[in-house]
Amino acid sequence: MFYREAGQFKTSYVDDQAIFPIRQDRIGLAVILAIAFIGVPLFGSEFFISAIMVPLLVFSLAAIGLNILTGYTGLLSLGTGGFMGVGAFACYKLTTIFPDVNIIVWILVSGFFASGIGILFGLPSLRIKGFYLAVATLSAQFFLDWAFVRIPWLVNDNTSGAIEVPMRTLFGIPVTGPTAQPEVRYLVVLSVVAFLTLIASNLVHGRIGRSWMAVRDMDLAAELIGIRLYRAKLLAFAVSSYYCGVAGALMVFLWYGSAEPAVFGIDQSFFILFMVIIGGLGSLVGSFFGAALIYGMPIIIKSFVSLFGLQIAPATVEHVTFMTVGGLIVLFLIIEPAGLARLWQIGKQKLRVWPFPY
Amino acid sequence: MNVLYSIFVDPFMQMAQAPDLLVQTLWEGLVGGMLYALIALGFVLIFKASGVFNFAQGIMVVFAALTLVGIYDLLTKWGVPAGVTAAYLALAVSLAVMFGLAVAVERVMLRPLVNQPDIILFMATFGLTYFLIGFGEFVFGGNPKRMIAGELSLPSGAIDFKMAGGFVSLQKIDIAAVLIVSVMVAGLSFFFQRTRIGRALRAVADSHKAALSVGISLEQIWVVVWFAAGVVALATGIMWGARSEVSFSLQIISFKALPVLILGGFTSIPGAIVGGLIIGIGEKLGEFYWGPLLGSGIESWLAYVIALLFLLFRPQGLFGEKIIERI
Repeated sequence: MFYREAGQFKTSYVDDQAIFPIRQDRIGLAVILAIAFIGVPLFGSEFFISAIMVPLLVFSLAAIGLNILTGYTGLLSLGTGGFMGVGAFACYKLTTIFPDVNIIVWILVSGFFASGIGILFGLPSLRIKGFYLAVATLSAQFFLDWAFVRIPWLVNDNTSGAIEVPMRTLFGIPVTGPTAQPEVRYLVVLSVVAFLTLIASNLVHGRIGRSWMAVRDMDLAAELIGIRLYRAKLLAFAVSSYYCGVAGALMVFLWYGSAEPAVFGIDQSFFILFMVIIGGLGSLVGSFFGAALIYGMPIIIKSFVSLFGLQIAPATVEHVTFMTVGGLIVLFLIIEPAGLARLWQIGKQKLRVWPFPY
Repeated sequence: MNVLYSIFVDPFMQMAQAPDLLVQTLWEGLVGGMLYALIALGFVLIFKASGVFNFAQGIMVVFAALTLVGIYDLLTKWGVPAGVTAAYLALAVSLAVMFGLAVAVERVMLRPLVNQPDIILFMATFGLTYFLIGFGEFVFGGNPKRMIAGELSLPSGAIDFKMAGGFVSLQKIDIAAVLIVSVMVAGLSFFFQRTRIGRALRAVADSHKAALSVGISLEQIWVVVWFAAGVVALATGIMWGARSEVSFSLQIISFKALPVLILGGFTSIPGAIVGGLIIGIGEKLGEFYWGPLLGSGIESWLAYVIALLFLLFRPQGLFGEKIIERI
């Protein structure tokens, strides 16, 4: 009733191929973007913007990156944290060597370094697949972890061994560093994430995305219909690592402010894999849902505890959080193995036929 | 030239000059490899019999060891005299707890997820990992505990023997570990290859649907195999715990076992052993002789690199079943 495409005729190929062919979707997206770009910076509190919205967007971007690899191409990767680290360290090196170039440019360029490393560690995917590949990508994770700690050149021989984000400006307004306003940082992150999501959406809807999905569904058959496997797989690794690298750079420069190598550890990789699977494999909107759920769940549980004013030791709260998160993951998988994106689709379908059952 | 010399000549010179050190390193690698193999065995058991890549194996090791120690403490507090009796009573109760865990996992987690894609089951074991971490810390607290090795009448101390101007020292607990692992592996191989239920396990690994249709009870099989993995986890926990202490940081040893898995093949019990030995010995030799060149800590990724090199030539691992692909 509210969500129905009756009367919306497609009169050209362009209309037919649109990312959002239904008018209500376009209106909905415009409203969401308006809220995100105007509403949140105007009315959101500082805590809400810098501790919830910015991390959420960063994780969404990383989840999109992993989703391209795992959800669309079917290559399971556990090296996401490492690739994010490559982006962050590359961005740091670039901006300290060439401080006059705009930081946004370097954030976007640092992804290409992550791409290069991603391709290198993606090479085994030409021979192995499934869980064997997952373990092979773990080697990337552990090697990069080691490299971040052991090569002091990466942090300009800092004694602390951590990235200290320098102050950089955009049109004279500080964007990174301690003096940057949360609203400014949020808007920069939002713009980058929105832009890259648009690119990702175009990629996965086009020829390249279709070849990825063919490889995912059955790589042998994909090869038989003329898709070059090594090209498709390595491209997926490159694009995925690019997104992860940019997400890592954003994470350090616009969220943390300074970062030790430990934040790019194996836990980060698993965290993002959770988001992708809970959100829905092979769905961009699912990446956002998954990031919101996995990042938001501990916050919600903690606020529940404080809401009831329970007197519990912080250690107990943490244990209960762990147990609840674990239980919820299993519960979500049982209820809907295809992820939140599938629930979203079902919801839309229900709205479309409402008030009739089908 | 200097670099090449220090990579290709110098380490071997060192080996030839001090054979006692070489033997000591080899022995430590062998023991480490056996223990990796034991963890890998837990993975292989579950993967072979249900196609589930059980990420929770590492935390199961910690959980089993903590249960054993915790119950022992509880028993001594209740008046059972500390010593061998209490230790073996605690061992029996821990086995019962692992069985309970197997039943619970099957009931709550696996049964509703029958016939889902592998990655979903993999993901579910992540949920289990998180749950067990929270639950374990909640019940047993986060402090490291001492493993009751002496009470379980495991030997301690070391045997030294002279060799080429130096001496080699073998820890008795390591010798016991090697023996126990060998017996367990032999037993499990026999169980898988020769018994009726072992064959049923392999059928389930091939296809859930097909196994069901020939009358194999999935529920029963899963409980059996998760219990077997629990027993292996308990043995692993005792061995690793006796070498250091029981704490949650032990769970990272599961990452050590993963290269062993891909090296040996996910589905092969002998593969887990051979893979474990290659990784264990390679890692120790690499760390000891080549480590100083790259800076310390290469242990964390060297195993993966060794495994990757093998994979390039044999994508299914050394002993894995040959991958046959059909359209």
